Amino acid sequence: MRQDGSVVISRRQFLLRSASVGAGLTLAVYLPACSREQEQPEAGPGKAGGENIATTRFEANAFVRIAADNRVTVIIKHLEMGQGTYTGLATLVAEELDAAWSQIHVEGAPANAKLYNNLFWGAVQGTGGSTAIANSFEQMRKAGAAARHMLVDAAAKKWSVPAIEIKVRDGVLRHESTGQQATFGDLADLAAAEPVPQEVFLKEVDEFRLIGTHVPRKDSGAKIDGTAIFTQDIKLPGLLTALVAHPPRFGARVESFDAGEAKKIEGVTDVVEIPSGVAVLARDFWSARKGRDALQVSWDENKAFKLGSDELMTQYKKLAASPGLSALSQGDAASALQAADTSLEASFEFPFLAHAAMEPMNCVMNLTRDGCEVWNGEQYQTPDQNAVARVLGILPEQVKINMLYAGGSFGRRANPQSDYLVETAHIVKAIGAKAPVKLVWTREDDMRAGYYRPMYFHQLKAGLDDSGAPIAWQHRIVGQSLMTGTDFEGVLVKDGVDVTSVEGASNMPYAIPNIAVELHSPDTAVPVQWWRSVGSTHTAFAVETFIDQLAVVAGKDPLEFRRSLLSDHPRHLGVLELAADKAGWGGTLPAGRGRGIAVHESFNSFVAEVAEVTVHDNKTFSVDRVVIAVDCGIAVNPDIIRAQMEGGMGFGLSAALSSEITLQEGRVVQSNFHDYQVLRIDQMPSVEVHIVKSVQPPTG
Amino acid sequence: MIQLSINGSSHQLEIDPQMPLLWAIRDSVGLTGTKYGCGMALCGACTVHLDGKAVRACVTPVAEAEGKQITTIEGLDSRVASAVQSAWENREVVQCGYCQSGQIMSAVALLSVKPQPSEQDIDTAMSGNICRCHTYVRIRAAIREAARSLDD
Repeated sequence: MRQDGSVVISRRQFLLRSASVGAGLTLAVYLPACSREQEQPEAGPGKAGGENIATTRFEANAFVRIAADNRVTVIIKHLEMGQGTYTGLATLVAEELDAAWSQIHVEGAPANAKLYNNLFWGAVQGTGGSTAIANSFEQMRKAGAAARHMLVDAAAKKWSVPAIEIKVRDGVLRHESTGQQATFGDLADLAAAEPVPQEVFLKEVDEFRLIGTHVPRKDSGAKIDGTAIFTQDIKLPGLLTALVAHPPRFGARVESFDAGEAKKIEGVTDVVEIPSGVAVLARDFWSARKGRDALQVSWDENKAFKLGSDELMTQYKKLAASPGLSALSQGDAASALQAADTSLEASFEFPFLAHAAMEPMNCVMNLTRDGCEVWNGEQYQTPDQNAVARVLGILPEQVKINMLYAGGSFGRRANPQSDYLVETAHIVKAIGAKAPVKLVWTREDDMRAGYYRPMYFHQLKAGLDDSGAPIAWQHRIVGQSLMTGTDFEGVLVKDGVDVTSVEGASNMPYAIPNIAVELHSPDTAVPVQWWRSVGSTHTAFAVETFIDQLAVVAGKDPLEFRRSLLSDHPRHLGVLELAADKAGWGGTLPAGRGRGIAVHESFNSFVAEVAEVTVHDNKTFSVDRVVIAVDCGIAVNPDIIRAQMEGGMGFGLSAALSSEITLQEGRVVQSNFHDYQVLRIDQMPSVEVHIVKSVQPPTG
Repeated sequence: MIQLSINGSSHQLEIDPQMPLLWAIRDSVGLTGTKYGCGMALCGACTVHLDGKAVRACVTPVAEAEGKQITTIEGLDSRVASAVQSAWENREVVQCGYCQSGQIMSAVALLSVKPQPSEQDIDTAMSGNICRCHTYVRIRAAIREAARSLDD
């Protein structure tokens, strides 16, 4: 999930070099060509694009197609789940291609890790860890620049003029002195015959015309008029809808079932046992739902997980009393705590959390003699191809995946076990592949299927010297490992410490001479998974709240206190100062209203927030206004960054105020939005977002 | 036999009278702009209009919708709807987009009866529509913008 260090360095070098070169930079082009063996995606149900295949004249590389009608199609390798990647990645191509934004169309890439891998994840194709823009920043710009280069060469030959005299702007090539001009479409045939350049020039930051401006989202229109196609919307001839009766506890299995009543429901076609439960298939959702309601299943719960979350938390608290594995040890925190003038302790309990994306998990699958075709809000192509192929006994490359829009994910659709895709494959197999299958999870299924943000217990201790400066910091975290057992274990679990359990704590920025961060990773049968910003969802809250408590004990202003400890962290300081300034930190507020401030780094982006909170007469409180400052490097699309900040803040507030998954005797208590409360519009504060100007490579 | 009038077209459907309108719209008629989110009228993703009023299609049996004009996102065709959809685009409201059909249907229903809503009116009318991307700030702004354009 984390970007590879060497790539970051090369990006920094890239910028250093580009700063010293002046007139643009020559970069070698290592772009995959459009694979000739790769079957071209055809237009069809749920295809993100594909309508211009017949008119395509020029495939510059695996990311850019130019049609005779002047349409430029950018193939996007990352899932659009709301974060704006279809727009962001297309912007990068359009920038270097000097295309007009209106001629750019986007299309989801097929599953093919040779062409479309996440450059931060080695040979794996997938979206996550806030890497989409960061890993593609150079790759997509090179893709655009290479296509531009070939168009310019084609024009130079046709017009018998030097290539260097040709200007490109908004999709039009011009040679001023001879007055000749042509569109991309006019030159597509000729450009296709040009050799792919071995090196290209990329623009300097100050030459950007689209990057850094507000270009409209490419997915807006279809999501406003209802025509956007999600997995739930796929229609295929003979398609059967499948609902699955899942066991009431994690680790339980089917003992026996009686399908008699279910099969009497009109429309129900099949009732089949699969490893994860019993599937009821029908010609439509409502018949399948009634069929599942009528199904009788006995469960073997001998090996099931039967603890409640209260009991788990008691265990976690006991664990926190003993030292864990060291995630960071600097100085001697234990001795410094003893020697401190004043000391303070705090503990925090974090519940399991469901992703609760608006589109519950679902998947469409069709197995034929040629292979398996999947329609899905596809976030994790390579592991999903492998997992589905294993179930069906075919090769991973025979699993063709149509990446559709996802109705939210927050990490859920990149499941380490490919859980809902594997479930669909088992259903398809169990019915002998006689029909395509749409697996639909109801909201209740989605909420109770596990793969939660883990429950955590944090214990913090700190000591201050007689001037109120912190000299000791001890932070113990207890919670399940996310990465153990996943493809990322080798990289992200070091000496038993899952770095995603401690991120945000082990790299806590405050200058304190003695720090110990320790981790316990108890194993439980509750399936857990990354959830939005992963470790920072709990570490940021614990660290920032405890820093506030220390500031109070030290008698210092929380902004000043942070400032005094961040002199080595200019980007933290930058956002902190900006947020404080824009929020009017220190200014007077109406009675009952106060301000809080926090700063955090996640995925190499830096964010500070100032929240205005009102405590009401009845002792309730509301968050009324939040001012956010963000430094995420070059802001490719500032408006989408603002949207992500607004949304991310709301998502965090939702969890902080109301969301909680609890277990009783192993059963998940919550089932739908009445008992798993999420933030609604009347609880949403007003939000202002300020973006730090930067020439650093974009992060996430 | 159930007879439904959806977006001005009449549909004769051999379906269970207790089938929620949502599934008749999606599975029987094949209009997929109306979304399933919770099945319990908790999230608003399935919001449609029955005789102009916003209802949750996931808990409305088709029998109750007979004889009424059903409007889905695909059938929006009014000055208010056009103002709302333009404002949604101008304000770049959408992120994942899954809840937005329902959000727009609720907003159109609000502005149709209350062209100049207060902030409280907006919060009240829209609080039944969950957005997990938390586009709420922009939803408010878009409704205000649509209201302004309707006032011109």
